[in-house]
Amino acid sequence: MSLKSTQLPTPTPSKSRTLGPTSLLAGRFSLPKRPAGTVYRGREGMWSWVLHRITGVAIFFFLLVHILDTALVRVSPEAYNAVVATYKNPIMGLGELALVAAIGFHALNGLRIILIDFWSVGARYHRLMFWIAMVLWGVLMLGFAPRHLMHVFGGA
Amino acid sequence: MATTIDTPRSAPVVRSRRGKNLEKWGWIFMRASGLVLVVLLFGHLFVNLYAGEGVSALDFGFVAGKWANPFWQWYDLLLLWLSLIHGANGMRTLINDYSTGRYMNRILKLSLGGATVALLLLGTLVIFTFDPCPAASDPELLPSFCAAVS
Repeated sequence: MSLKSTQLPTPTPSKSRTLGPTSLLAGRFSLPKRPAGTVYRGREGMWSWVLHRITGVAIFFFLLVHILDTALVRVSPEAYNAVVATYKNPIMGLGELALVAAIGFHALNGLRIILIDFWSVGARYHRLMFWIAMVLWGVLMLGFAPRHLMHVFGGA
Repeated sequence: MATTIDTPRSAPVVRSRRGKNLEKWGWIFMRASGLVLVVLLFGHLFVNLYAGEGVSALDFGFVAGKWANPFWQWYDLLLLWLSLIHGANGMRTLINDYSTGRYMNRILKLSLGGATVALLLLGTLVIFTFDPCPAASDPELLPSFCAAVS
C-alpha cells in the first residue's frame, strides 16, 4: 500500500512526541508487518545471498585442502596416490557430488549477481533469473550426478 | 583545548579522493575473476571428474600426464591464483561482516592472509618444479611416456 502525506492524520503535538509515527498510524492503517521486499531482503534475493555465502565458504575450505593434497605430487607418487585413494571411497564420492552442487550454485548465482549489477534491467528480473539459475543447476546436476555416482559406486 | 566551530555557511570541506579505492577494485575483481572462474572451473571439473573414468581414474599418472603439457600447467596456475584470491577476498568479506571484535577480526584476517600467501607460493612452486618421471619410482605409478624417456 502507499501512504500519501495527505492521508496522514494531523497529530497533536504532544502525541507526535510520545508516539512514533509507526505506532500512531498502526491503528488506522494496516501497515505491512514486514518491510517491502528488496533485492536483498526476503524471498529469492535473500536466500540466494545466504546460499551464496554458505557455498562460498564450503568451496573455500575444500580449496585449501585440495591445494595441499595436490602438492603431494611433489613428495612422491605413492604419497599422492594414497591420499587420492580416499577421494574414491563412497562417502567422499557423495562429498564430491555436494561439492559440484555447491560450485554449480555459486557459479550460476554469481552470473546472476553480475547481471543484476551490470545489466540495466538486471535488478528488475533478479527473481526470474534466480529460478532460471535453479533450472540450469538442476540440468547440470542431472547430467553430472548419475555419471559420477557410477564412477564412485560402479566398482572397476 | 578550545573547540572551534566552523563559521556557518563556510564552504564544505572537500575530501581529496587521492589514493586507490581498494574496495572498489576488490568488487570489480570478484566479478571479473568470477566470470573467468566459471569457464576454468567447469573445464577443470569436466576433465577431472566427468570425462573418461571420472574420479576413479585420478592418480599420480593422471596429474603427471596433464602437467607434462605447459597448457595444463598455466591453466592450473591461473585457476589456483584466481580461485584462491577470489575465495580469500570472499572470506575477508565474511570476517568483516561477522567478526566484530577488533582483535578477533585482526587475527582472522592475518591467518587468512598468511594461509593464502603460503598456498599461492606452494601451489606455484609445485606446478613449475614438478617432475612427471621422478627417478627411483615404481614405473607402474608413472605415466606411460616415462618409459620412453628413461
